[in-house]
Amino acid sequence: MYIIVVGGGKVGYYLTKSLLEQGHEVLVIEKDPRKCAVLTDELGANVLHGDGCDASSMAEAGVERADVVVAVTGDDEDNLVVCQVARHKFNVPRTIARINNPKNERIFRRLGIDVTVSSTELILSQIEQVIPAQSLVHLLTLRNVGVSFVELEIPPDSPALGRPLRELGIPDDCILPLVVREGKEAIIPYGDTVLKAGDQVIAVTSDASEETLRRILFG
Amino acid sequence: MRVVILGCGRTGSYLAKMLVAEGHQVTVIDKDSASFARLGRDFPGDLVVGTGIDEDVLRQAGIEQAEAFVAVTHWDNANVMAAQVAKEIFGVPRVICRIYDPLRNEIYSALRLETICPTLWGATRVKEVLEG
Repeated sequence: MYIIVVGGGKVGYYLTKSLLEQGHEVLVIEKDPRKCAVLTDELGANVLHGDGCDASSMAEAGVERADVVVAVTGDDEDNLVVCQVARHKFNVPRTIARINNPKNERIFRRLGIDVTVSSTELILSQIEQVIPAQSLVHLLTLRNVGVSFVELEIPPDSPALGRPLRELGIPDDCILPLVVREGKEAIIPYGDTVLKAGDQVIAVTSDASEETLRRILFG
Repeated sequence: MRVVILGCGRTGSYLAKMLVAEGHQVTVIDKDSASFARLGRDFPGDLVVGTGIDEDVLRQAGIEQAEAFVAVTHWDNANVMAAQVAKEIFGVPRVICRIYDPLRNEIYSALRLETICPTLWGATRVKEVLEG
């Protein structure tokens, strides 16, 4: 694959190096001439001095034949413009943007960027996983169909204890495919299954039913 | 008309003063509060400190009720992003975006953003004057 990385900071540098190690053809574009010189010392001809928001730099980089453009500068607005120029001016099939403000994820999606990666969001979700709060941890969110895979732990005061699943009123567009008990026993639940405090539950739920599920299991 | 202006540089501040003089309701956003000095002491409009690519800041500036949004910071990309957020996320009826770079201007006007490119205007005008 031919991959163009825009932004030669730490993320861009390590991304480029890893992609080269995997055998891809990679070009990293960096605006700052001093950073460029440092990058060139290490990455040689895989570095181009230019502005990834600028159509002429992108043309020089051979963006017409790029399979992927990844924008990893430190500024969300620059990453947006890089991806939009790549997509709309040069018809690049896949664009990936790094975002800093997690709220920009929704905005980028509306503005046609295929994939966004937010380190802020990733760190947030890691924190959520270690805090035993009564929260659903989102493992995977399928935005287009409005469905999420979530993980949660049944608290000692859960209103769902002592009653079989079929009596809990779990909505139709929400299923519990897996319960892990005491960290070692995997249970595929059915209607008679009774949850216990401390059970790890994996659930697949529509966005609409997430709140109902939360209420049923956490009270 | 309720207008939100992003960027209180020369263009933004001049435009804000022109609009309030005509009785429009104006809110100006700039990430540097010192730039509001350009509006003078008795500017009757609202001022918001913050970056215009943050939807919380835009909301605070009353973007949801705005009839027009103008993006005139010195950064093309910030203007482009803020203008698209105003148009696509908040549905502001009239959105105008300044873009210095003629190439980027061409791309975004093709994407149906209402853009103004002072570089192109200036160069064209100078050429006209030169050719008399």
